[in-house]
This record gives sequence, C-alpha cells and structure tokens, in this order.
Amino acid sequence: MAKGEIVLGCLAPHPPHVVYAENPEQNEPFSEGGWEALRWGYNMLARKLKEIEYDCMVILTPHWQTYVGTHFLGLERFQNISVDPIFPNLFRFHHDIKVDVELAEKMCEAASESGIITKMMRNPDFRVDYGTIVSCHMLNPDWDKPVVTISSNRSTHYYSNEVMNEQSIALGEAVRKAIEDSGKKVVLIASHSLSHRHFVTEAPLPEDMSREHIYNHSQYVWDMKVIEMMREGKMKEVIDILPEMIEQTMAEAEGGGLTWMMAAMGMPDYPAEIYGYQSVIGTGNAIAAWDPNAETRAIVM
Amino acid sequence: MSEEPEIVMGLYVPPHPHPLLAPDQNEGWGRLREAYDTCRQRIEESDADLILIYSTTWPSIIGHQIQAHPKPVFTHVDDDFHFLGSMPYEFRMDTEYAESFKDACEERGLQARTVSYDGFPIDTGSIVALKLLNPENRIPACIVSSNVYSNRAEQIVLGKAARDAMAKLGKKAVVVVVASLSNRMFTEHIDPAEDRIHSAKDDEWNQKILEFFADGRLEDISQLSRDIQSQIRVSKVVAYKPAWWMAATMGQHNNYHGEVLAYEALHGAGGAVIQLTPAKGSIGDKEFDEDDVEFYHGDRHVLDKGSL
Ligand SMILES: [Fe+2]
Repeated sequence: MAKGEIVLGCLAPHPPHVVYAENPEQNEPFSEGGWEALRWGYNMLARKLKEIEYDCMVILTPHWQTYVGTHFLGLERFQNISVDPIFPNLFRFHHDIKVDVELAEKMCEAASESGIITKMMRNPDFRVDYGTIVSCHMLNPDWDKPVVTISSNRSTHYYSNEVMNEQSIALGEAVRKAIEDSGKKVVLIASHSLSHRHFVTEAPLPEDMSREHIYNHSQYVWDMKVIEMMREGKMKEVIDILPEMIEQTMAEAEGGGLTWMMAAMGMPDYPAEIYGYQSVIGTGNAIAAWDPNAETRAIVM
Repeated sequence: MSEEPEIVMGLYVPPHPHPLLAPDQNEGWGRLREAYDTCRQRIEESDADLILIYSTTWPSIIGHQIQAHPKPVFTHVDDDFHFLGSMPYEFRMDTEYAESFKDACEERGLQARTVSYDGFPIDTGSIVALKLLNPENRIPACIVSSNVYSNRAEQIVLGKAARDAMAKLGKKAVVVVVASLSNRMFTEHIDPAEDRIHSAKDDEWNQKILEFFADGRLEDISQLSRDIQSQIRVSKVVAYKPAWWMAATMGQHNNYHGEVLAYEALHGAGGAVIQLTPAKGSIGDKEFDEDDVEFYHGDRHVLDKGSL
C-alpha cells in the first residue's frame, strides 16, 4: 500500500454568515448576499480542490468543545438540521454528512498511542457542529467526500495557550502518522477565524455591508502580520507567536486548529496561498491554503 | 400590577448530564438526582407559574438571547458525555414572558432578542434542569443565555429586567441558575465510582460558598463573584456571572432561607443543588440587610457594659 499523504491544508473560517450569503438550498433563511471577499475566495479554493485527488477531509473545529480529551466522529452518517446557537437567524442547515470511520479510528488510535486522551463519538443522535458544516460546505458544496471531525480540547481554558500549542502539535504529529499509515490522500481543515472579537449588536439586515468592519485596528494589524508571515512561509514562527496573538486578539486559533494542522504538515516553510480576508461581525477571517506540491502551489493574491 | 415580583424560590443546580443520565453509576450522582427530585416535588407543591432558567452552558454574543419557542422538541447529545446517552426533550415555554423579558431588557438599555426556531440547540444544562425539575411541563418555562462579553453591571441589569417582566405579568417565579461551583473537571476519563472534587482547594472554596448559601447570603456571594472566579473557575469566560444574575433577579438581599440539598463531584467539578426561599425575620445579622439605613436606631442586643 502506498504511503498516505496530506495533499492540502486549509485555513477555513466558519462564520455562518458566508453560508447564509450563498443561499444554498440546504439553508432555510434567505439572504441578499454579503461578505463577497470571503465567499469568492472560498469559491476559488473550492475550484482548486476539485482539481486535487483526495479521499477525505479531516477537520478540527472549535465548536465541538471537549474538556475530557480529544474526540473523533465515529459513525458513518449524520443527517440532521444544524441551527447556529449564536446566529439562528442566519443558519438552519439541513445536512447529510458521511464520515470516514476507518480513518477516524486510526487517528484516534495513533493519538492515544502518543499519550493523548481520546474518545470515539458513537452516539447516533449526536449533532455535528456548525464549524464543520460551514467550512466543509464552503470548500466542497457538493458534499461528495467523507469527512472526519476532531473535537477541540479546551486546554487553553484549563491551562494556557502554550499548553494548547504543545498538545495540538502532538495531536498533529499523531494524525500525520495515522494518515501515512492509512494510504489515503487527505485534505486537512483548520476551521476558525484569526482575530475574534465580535460586535454584540447586529444590523437589522445582517448582510448590510455598509455596517461591516473589523472590531478595532489592533485586531486588523495582528491579522495582517500573521497573513504576511503565512505568505513568507514562516509557519513555525506563526505558531511560536500564536499564544501572544490569542492573548491580544482572542484569536479563535485558541481551539488548536492551526497549530494541529501546521504540525501535521511539518510546519511549512513555503508560502501559503491566500484566498481572501474580511471581517464578519467584527472578527478577522482569512482563507488560506498550504499546498505541499510546489508544482501546483499558486500565488493567488 | 405589583412593583415587586413574587419569587417563589431560587434554585442553584449543576449543568452536567450525570444526574439525568447516569444516577446509578455513582452514589454522589444519585444524591444529586434525589435532590433534583426533591426540588421537583417542592415546585409541584408551590403555586409557581413560571420557571426562569439562566444557563451558563448557553453562551450568546448578540446581547442576551431568550428562548421563546412555545414547544421546542429535539434530541440533544452532550459534547463531552455523549457516551452517557441522548436527551430527547419536549418543553413548554412561556412565550408571553419571553417577549416581555426582552422588552424589559431593551427598556433597561440591554441588547436582547428572543429565539424561536425548530431545532434550536438548547444547551445541556437547561435540558438537564428542565427535564428533572419540570418533567411533565406542568409549569411553562423560559431560558436566558449568558453573554460571553457581559460583565457585572450587565448581569445585574439583566436580572432587574427579568424582575420587571415578572412584576408586569404578575408571575410567581422559580428562579433557576444552572452552573457548577468549582468547574474544573478531570481531563481524562474516570471510573465513575472514583469521582471526587478535582482538588482540595476547589473543595474548600465550594464548602465556604455552600455555607453562605445555607445562611441565605445570596447577595454576599454575588459580592464575592470575582474572588470565586479567580480561585475556582477555569478561564472559560471572564467572570463568574451566575451569582450576579441570581442575586439581582431575586431582589439583591441576604434574606433567604437557604438549604443545600446535595453537594457532589461531577467528573471533578463541584455540583450542588441548593434552594433559597425568600424569608422574613433575619434582618440585622447579615450584610446588606440593615433594618433601616436612613436613621440610627441603635444596635440591638448590646451588652450593658463594654469589655473591661
Ligand atoms: Fe467560531
């Protein structure tokens, strides 16, 4: 069996606003659009994914929050309606998700062997979190590939941002090993924003783009700094300063997604593809991809 | 319309699903369940016509969200404790109260909105509390979220808005806070039989808070919120908010009959079932309950002679 590999890593933020703005048939509310800089970036990255051969998407999401270890989706199919607890006015999405349970079990086992507390999630009534659904829908609106969701262990809350980094690195390395052993081609997804301070009010028409802007300039400067470092291929350095960024901007990377993905990909020293940046209800959102194949890697923006 | 609402009782209950789903797996979880059952019975025997829940496991961002679906129906599964089982529910909500509460919030300068959507994810804590306290939906309920960015002033005003709506509609309310005391759980899976409070420090603080509750000193606990946050709450959110809200909603005083019905570990966190019943007659022996703060009547029970 050929060695499995990670064929692409995607930073894919999950504000439900972008799905709402696309008006897919699965989502109940209707919008007049909005957040084009993000949506068009997502559309471009989704087209690239169509050109890539892969078996499965593996996503780490901060909206499946576990305090007791790291959990993995462990049943083949989840059909339900997902209603966003924060923005139920925007996101009521009917989904039918297929899971690569075999790969999930392999990753769970590898993580366990490396000393991480793990659990397979086998309850058929479990509702898949909206982070998984938003990021996966925007990257693959056809939903024609299986996914595996990995929960976000809340080590930032229990210990510190530094401990979160250490644990996410260990998880990333274990996941890489499991993927290599599986013989599969896998796309990794870190589902989260960069800076993450929200406005606590909402425009009467949420997609009214005359009201959308970053929460404050300090958040913007931090976002631009890490995007610049991503472009320069300095991911080891980004992960090193992440605890500081989380402290200063409440960055949603606190859930471990970016650190996990970068560790699984060996801390890329090549430039990231940047597909878009825009604020959503004040938070800073970047869409980026890391393509290990130098021949298909592109300068997108 | 009365100015001051009638609060039938206040309950402080834990959010974890163990007392609902696994009361037989650990004696302590069973005792929490029994305490829940006692509260259910006391609610049934009261003339309450509203159960208002403030849940620390329902975070919100756009102000304060208030559950207004007349009949939410779903099957919920907890993020961490999915292996304990599913929680199918069908509740009865007081839509009129929810709307009135939202209006009262806005009148007091708060951002608030009602939510009424099929399939809305009601949180674990609210489901556990409602299923155990009101299993037959005899009394209509309402749930309010905990805004992640809110702090003391906002929580206190939120409590006052809850009172405004109760007074306006003449509601006799059971006020329920769903929250742990110390909230650090074990980070590994444990044998249920071996559950205990995560640390001696958490336990000692919990015991001290329980002494306050047993004395009915709710306003004093509210004043201690920031200390409690820094000592025994993990940094999930910026502040320990439930005591602020509960004290404000119940009238900002220390004049309650307090009863701790159970205190046990829930995967390491401090879980307690506590009842506070508004009382009369304890004026003068606690903080914030002087009989008159405008005119000095002299201290009571003083000795004829000072110490020699
Ligand atoms: Fe998020």
